[in-house]
Amino acid sequence: MEKLLLLGAEAIAQGAIDGGMSGVYAYPGTPSTEITEYVQKNKTAIEKNIHRNWSANEKTAVEAALGMSYAGKRAMACMKHVGLNVAADAFINSAITGVNGGLVVAVADDPSMHSSQNEQDSRFYGKFSMIPMLEPSNQQEAYNMTYEGFELSEKLGVPVLIRFTTRLSHSRAGVQRKEIKNQNQLSYPKDPIQFVLLPFNARKRYNSLLGKQALMEEDAENSKHNIYYEGKDKSLGIIACGIAHNYLIENYPNRDCPYPILKIGQYPMPFSKIEKIVNECEEVLLLEDGYPFVEEQLRGFLNKSKKIKGRLDNTIPRAGELNPDHVAKALGKEVKAGLNIPSLVANRPPELCLGCAHRDVYNALNETMKEHGKQKVFSDIGCYTLGALPPWNAIHSCVDMGASITMAKGAADAGVHPSVAVIGDSTFTHSGMTALLDCVYENTSVTVIIADNATTAMTGGQASHATGRLEEICIGLGVKPEHVKVLTPLPKYHGEMVKILREELVYEGVSVIIPRRECIQTVTKSKKEKKVKTEEII
Amino acid sequence: MKSDIILSGVGGQGILSIAATIGMAALENKLYLKQAEVHGMSQRGGAVQSHLRISVNEIASDLIPLGKADLIISVEPMESLRYLPYLSKEGWLVTNTTPFVNIPDYPEMENVISEIEKLPHHIAINADEIAKRVKSPRSSNMVMLGAASPFLDIPYECLENGIKKIFGSKGEKIVNVNIEALKAGRKFAIEHTPVASKR
Ligand SMILES: Cc1ncc(C[n+]2csc(CCOP(=O)(O)OP(=O)(O)O)c2C)c(N)n1
Repeated sequence: MEKLLLLGAEAIAQGAIDGGMSGVYAYPGTPSTEITEYVQKNKTAIEKNIHRNWSANEKTAVEAALGMSYAGKRAMACMKHVGLNVAADAFINSAITGVNGGLVVAVADDPSMHSSQNEQDSRFYGKFSMIPMLEPSNQQEAYNMTYEGFELSEKLGVPVLIRFTTRLSHSRAGVQRKEIKNQNQLSYPKDPIQFVLLPFNARKRYNSLLGKQALMEEDAENSKHNIYYEGKDKSLGIIACGIAHNYLIENYPNRDCPYPILKIGQYPMPFSKIEKIVNECEEVLLLEDGYPFVEEQLRGFLNKSKKIKGRLDNTIPRAGELNPDHVAKALGKEVKAGLNIPSLVANRPPELCLGCAHRDVYNALNETMKEHGKQKVFSDIGCYTLGALPPWNAIHSCVDMGASITMAKGAADAGVHPSVAVIGDSTFTHSGMTALLDCVYENTSVTVIIADNATTAMTGGQASHATGRLEEICIGLGVKPEHVKVLTPLPKYHGEMVKILREELVYEGVSVIIPRRECIQTVTKSKKEKKVKTEEII
Repeated sequence: MKSDIILSGVGGQGILSIAATIGMAALENKLYLKQAEVHGMSQRGGAVQSHLRISVNEIASDLIPLGKADLIISVEPMESLRYLPYLSKEGWLVTNTTPFVNIPDYPEMENVISEIEKLPHHIAINADEIAKRVKSPRSSNMVMLGAASPFLDIPYECLENGIKKIFGSKGEKIVNVNIEALKAGRKFAIEHTPVASKR
């Protein structure tokens, strides 16, 4: 089999395709998007008719993947870390139901928040749901772990979580493929009520999950992903999880680290290997790209055991992505940085593209809101969030997908009027529809602006479930048709937009305004694609 | 052989094509490679960078440590300076001089240039102009790669092969336009920098 040059995310995709996956289910989210995009373009996946369309959100993705597993086939759900919050109900309960076909949930964390609202560590979810977790250190492991993850899931009868971070997801390296496995045949769970979580059965299932813990621990204990490297100098022992191991080795280019090292790539935490390094060494240094997950457990609440060094005692900075320089400092090595950044170098934050429709929406909204005082515009997550920055300073919240509408509702309930929400089309179908239903249910006075650029732009222009059905959805949810208004956000219609916004803002009830114009990035892309007619199939 | 390279620019300027071309060339030479790139938010006109590492030995970290980069290749002059803490004392900075101004506080150009000229090892070239001159106006990124090519421990032909592989699906014309840009950048660097010509 050939060697491919793959991003970590792509290695996961290729591992899943080769590992006999029948379907991937996902909602885009940096840094996880490339997994599904890779499957969508992959020739084998297309030929084998592997399911690869986007889901409406992460919860629907995990549920659909669980349904495929129920039917005996191998499925994968992918998301960014905060997506797992959305999918948490399905995810936690899928550990209780267990699986039939192998189920892998691949979650990309984003330490340093390169493209996210927080840097939560998904390993807590893995522990919380009591399932095995895999954490690759490089692209090859990302491939192997996914490839083998389905089997592990089938062997233990539970979903398997693959946890990785931005740096691995978006870094390319050579990956050696394995032979392609066949997909599973359709089959039903042996126990017809396995998936029925009525209390009487849920208790049984939960006990069965508890009963499997010993097996999971044993599997992790003997896992080839948890490796103990002996070292002569026992003054320090180093535990390195996932990609942190690379940063450690970077500091020993001749692979001559004098200290014992425990590399962790599979959880639950391997008990006897951890016991060995703690007993054998005077101090233990924890290297983790994320929260101090292992560190906290080793330390314990009273921190009375051996000296544990890591993020909690500031040997490593408490927040942010790990890197080779943090590790060097933790090892007492000198970091010789080059020259300082000259003071004239200005920040260059991301911005709305020239010609982007969101610009016209904010120009019109700002003009209208001048009449209504300050801080009444709630917003959401997407390209339009950049409207929070100068020159617009137009929005006053960005919390979680869909929150704009519900926060506007709460504020309206508190007496804010007008109370405005600005949300993107994809975010609306992800989590805004139920929020709008809450407004309709109470006829709350809110103005909801759904900025429809016919794509999921922020993550690179994936298809949007909302395209072509927004008005129908809003009217179907109960918004009065005369208060669903579609506008064309272009400078030449500025006056008209302001006029309609002005009317709807004072309306006492639910109104929805849909400024609609395609994202200029996707317009340019589809023009280019038409021109060169490239076969993008790999 | 080991080469640690930082590529920098502004989202949309094509640094990933530079990375992919070098990557293909490295593969052809059976070298190990790791290349960390930026996706997501900052691709919308923000500062972007990529860490590209090539070596005959296996590479551990996807990120280059501070002070260890051998080369910075930048398609934008101010952006080239943002990564100086990564550049080693002996390292080279090869940058385009055409600014990409999309922020209100972009510094005076002469000050940017004088900061670049303070560096002992630098090549500053107007890649946009050269790209226009060889009728490849949208290939200033490949001009920059050409200008940096004398500092890469990879045979020049392999870079041309890399371009063929990366742009091959877009047709012969696009391939040629990019190769012309690559050649022109290389020629400029060799003619204007004695060190580059010796490499
Ligand atoms: C729960 C969750 N899932 C995914 C994301 C990643 N994400 C942020 S914005 C966005 C797309 C927004 O698309 P849309 O609402 O259409 O706005 P646009 O970017 O097109 O303006 C996505 C997928 C996230 N932040 N949170």
